[in-house]
Amino acid sequence: MKYALFTGCTIPARALNYELSARKVAEAFGIEFIDINEPSCCGMPMRNVNRDACLAMSANTLAKASEMGLELVTLCSACNSTLSEASVELSHDRELRKRINAKLEVTGSGLYTGDTKVWHFTRLLHEKIGPEKISQAVKRPLTGINFVSHAGCHYLKPSETFKRFDDPEAPTTLDALIKATGANSVTIMNRNECCGGGILGIRETTSIKVASGKLQRIKARGNVDAMVLHCPFCNIQYEGNQKKAEKEIGEPIDLPVLYLPQIIGLAIGIDEKDLGFNLNRVKPKTILDRLAAGVKEA
Amino acid sequence: MSQNADRPTLPISKLDPSFKYQVAKEVGGERIKSCFQCGTCTASCPIRAVDEDYNPRKIIRMVILGMKEEVLKSEAIWLCTYCYTCQERCPQDVGITDLMFALKNMATREGHMHPSYNAQIGVLSNFGRMYEITDFDNKKREKIGLPPVSNSKEVVNVILEKEELKGAAQ
Repeated sequence: MKYALFTGCTIPARALNYELSARKVAEAFGIEFIDINEPSCCGMPMRNVNRDACLAMSANTLAKASEMGLELVTLCSACNSTLSEASVELSHDRELRKRINAKLEVTGSGLYTGDTKVWHFTRLLHEKIGPEKISQAVKRPLTGINFVSHAGCHYLKPSETFKRFDDPEAPTTLDALIKATGANSVTIMNRNECCGGGILGIRETTSIKVASGKLQRIKARGNVDAMVLHCPFCNIQYEGNQKKAEKEIGEPIDLPVLYLPQIIGLAIGIDEKDLGFNLNRVKPKTILDRLAAGVKEA
Repeated sequence: MSQNADRPTLPISKLDPSFKYQVAKEVGGERIKSCFQCGTCTASCPIRAVDEDYNPRKIIRMVILGMKEEVLKSEAIWLCTYCYTCQERCPQDVGITDLMFALKNMATREGHMHPSYNAQIGVLSNFGRMYEITDFDNKKREKIGLPPVSNSKEVVNVILEKEELKGAAQ
């Protein structure tokens, strides 16, 4: 299984633990990643101010995968929805494709023929490998560990673009993969709420309030070992801005926030050093210690 | 006594009755006229839950009333975090997240781009990506066995220039 890997802007600079663990997990399940050459922004930030600029940037990336003759895999949910929407729109609307390609032509970059399928790595794991095969590969089950999943928005919405592969109101695919490690996926009120990261640069106080709300509900539930997510923006909100959230709610949170491939890697026996836990800001020490001691008690 | 006695009134002469049609011509704005003001969007909105300045139902009402200046110059339209919750739930299929993108695009064309995008456009133009990859970053990557990444800005720059985005918010 060969795929073109697009790591986007944030991950290769700020989420090396996600990138590293994803590459290791892919390798373990026979998924070969070929990095897209000279990657540039997927276009998402420009979507707000100029749709054509966003589409042209997306088309540039989609064209590169197309030239490689491969389907494209993203690790970032924002890249996932931006590229997926562009891929759907540009493949259905020939006039639009012509207009966007005319912009690319000036840049001298390859034109987009409208045939690149886009995968989020989580969806790829769920559909091409599957929870069953993953659970069979588990060497160190995460039994008794409680995770709260954060599927986020741009992994599966707008559901029209993603043909409802997962339920936008009650998603289950991320949880199925968490459970495949032997861990529990526990729930909290309003679990599917957005991280608020979309307006971090517009009005930080409001953005942090949104993220704080979910962190506070997780604390209130109690007995949660970590949050598990699969988007670098959601991570900035819940892990990167956790100190700010603590100020907002006036109490310590101290909740580790892990990337899905980190916990899958842990369960299938990949060396902890190769999963980048040392790069997590809130150290998942309790989980790692319990695993080292052999987790049995629930 | 009316509760609204103290509210400022808006003279009809200041409204632009064609505004909703202009919005309906935008990609993402097509279905605005189907809104029947049920408020499912506002009730579902995670931003609205913590910040009263953002109210999608009200923004749609303002568009339909023709309050073009007030909408396009407002900061409110920039407070949508594009989570699509309202869009998924809207019983009239107004496509509210896409509508907000359309309003932000229109505002930008009218010279009201939110100033925070100046910095983002600057970074994109300099590096072709939202985070510069420095030699230090590549050394860090190499140390843990990750391949090097380059800043490739040429294509992004041509697109930004072609769409006249550099300095759009002067």
